[in-house]
Amino acid sequence: MESSSNFVSMRGIHQIFGGGKSRYYALENVDLDIAQGEFVSIIGHSGCGKSTLLNILAGLTSPTLGSVSVNGREVTQPGLDRAVVFQSHSLLPWMTVVDNVRIGIDSVHPEWTVARRHEEAMRFVEMVHLGAHAKKKPGELSGGMKQRVGIARAFAVDPAVLLMDEPFGALDALTRGSMQDELMTIWENSRKTVMMITHDVDEAIFLSDRIVLMSNGPRAGIAEMVSVTIPRPRNREELIESSEYIELRKRLMHYLIETGHGLKAAA
Amino acid sequence: MMLLNPQSVSPKTLVSGEDNEDLDPEKIARRRRMAQTILLPILAIFFLGLMWEAYSHRPGVTLPGPVQTVTESWDYIAHPFFDHGANDVGLGWQLLSSLERVGTGYALAAFFGVAIGILLGKSVMAYRAFDPIFQVLRTIPPLAWLPLSLATFNRADPSAVFVIFITAIWPIIINTSVGVMRIPRDYENVAQVYRITGPRYFFRVLMPAASPYIFTGLRIAIGMAWLAIVAAEMLTGGVGIGFFIWDSWNSSKLPDIIVSVVYVGMVGLVLDRAVATLARVFGTRLD
Repeated sequence: MESSSNFVSMRGIHQIFGGGKSRYYALENVDLDIAQGEFVSIIGHSGCGKSTLLNILAGLTSPTLGSVSVNGREVTQPGLDRAVVFQSHSLLPWMTVVDNVRIGIDSVHPEWTVARRHEEAMRFVEMVHLGAHAKKKPGELSGGMKQRVGIARAFAVDPAVLLMDEPFGALDALTRGSMQDELMTIWENSRKTVMMITHDVDEAIFLSDRIVLMSNGPRAGIAEMVSVTIPRPRNREELIESSEYIELRKRLMHYLIETGHGLKAAA
Repeated sequence: MMLLNPQSVSPKTLVSGEDNEDLDPEKIARRRRMAQTILLPILAIFFLGLMWEAYSHRPGVTLPGPVQTVTESWDYIAHPFFDHGANDVGLGWQLLSSLERVGTGYALAAFFGVAIGILLGKSVMAYRAFDPIFQVLRTIPPLAWLPLSLATFNRADPSAVFVIFITAIWPIIINTSVGVMRIPRDYENVAQVYRITGPRYFFRVLMPAASPYIFTGLRIAIGMAWLAIVAAEMLTGGVGIGFFIWDSWNSSKLPDIIVSVVYVGMVGLVLDRAVATLARVFGTRLD
């Protein structure tokens, strides 16, 4: 299929915020294609505009210039074909776990009975191993559990593209590791097209097919793209021994240190 | 002696536990707190009553003391629901007809206040256009509306209801619009990405997110409405606690006025607690 290499297509994206003195040139001339079923991570320092890029693809921000399309359809507004896992999990605190997951299904399948939508939501709640907590409110969950609900909510609408904005950034290192394993398993089973923002080099290598390095803002853009050819399924223990992993990690870390002002390189 | 703080006394706690009461320090502490929340207000009331009684016996003082108030107004205290026809009815009836006016005006204010508040919260243009006007209107004392209201409606009853409406609506509008404007960006993003639109957006995102603000507005409004009704009824007449107080003044029955004033206070407290309870039951609890 010819179209599959640019299943997601972002062309000539410029993003300028504000005007006059507070004008900020966030992104300059970004071109990015993502193939169907590809897992792409975007890595860069804080404030490099990677979240802006994700918001543009999500349709939450319209670019000042440039065009975005998913599966040949132009992106003009948010939509269920581009589910987002938010950095701050963004669950609705007055609804139970299963209702939070159901809310997207309600939009996709209004023709289904409530019972069927509930059942479908439960399927995804169980996929992230929260079956026992389905009736709890988000306030009763730990940070990792909340983010699992966010992931279940996103997968439940069966999106064409999954957008993840530093999904594990707020979690402690141990929880983050097990969440990455869990996400890996879920992704292996679904092979969704994914664009993930992260500032964790190991996370990027472990999960991605391709890593996009962004230069620092203002006028941020894509500095480099790196393919991760480590065969799947990947195993964390084998991974850290493999020479490809070590090489890649070195390269990415060097890039971040060279471009960075030191602060937010990987853990 | 009357309890000004009835909700703190639950019959269960008064009767409870004879079994292992003596040793558990937590229980003892709890019982001590409970005794204090009941006993201290009773003592305070008793003390204030004593001061009041003493004051009323001073030469030249026309204010009746508590003993005189209770004896002379016993009929009104003991029989709130007597009905001797026309305006000669018990305080219960007087209060109920005041409550009916407040209820009507308040319900209308709640409906239109929340609706207008949502509109202003959602539309920056509407907010910029109307907010300055509302800021002026809300400072107008309730009774200033009464003559205009009487001129418009030509009858006492709807005029009083209108005064309640116009008094109660501003805090509801203002709090609702602020609540809607302060819906976190995160929730709006979720609603957009997952296409939560129309009635689903209204009931599952907007109302739960804004409800703490809306209920704050509703609670301020019920207090103001109850403040306004007494004054409005004094001027419009008919059955109602406000006019009863005015009527008692005209016939120099000071003890009746005192009893009414206490009743007005207690009903006001109950109204406030009722809205607070509604907020607790229907409002959003953010953990």
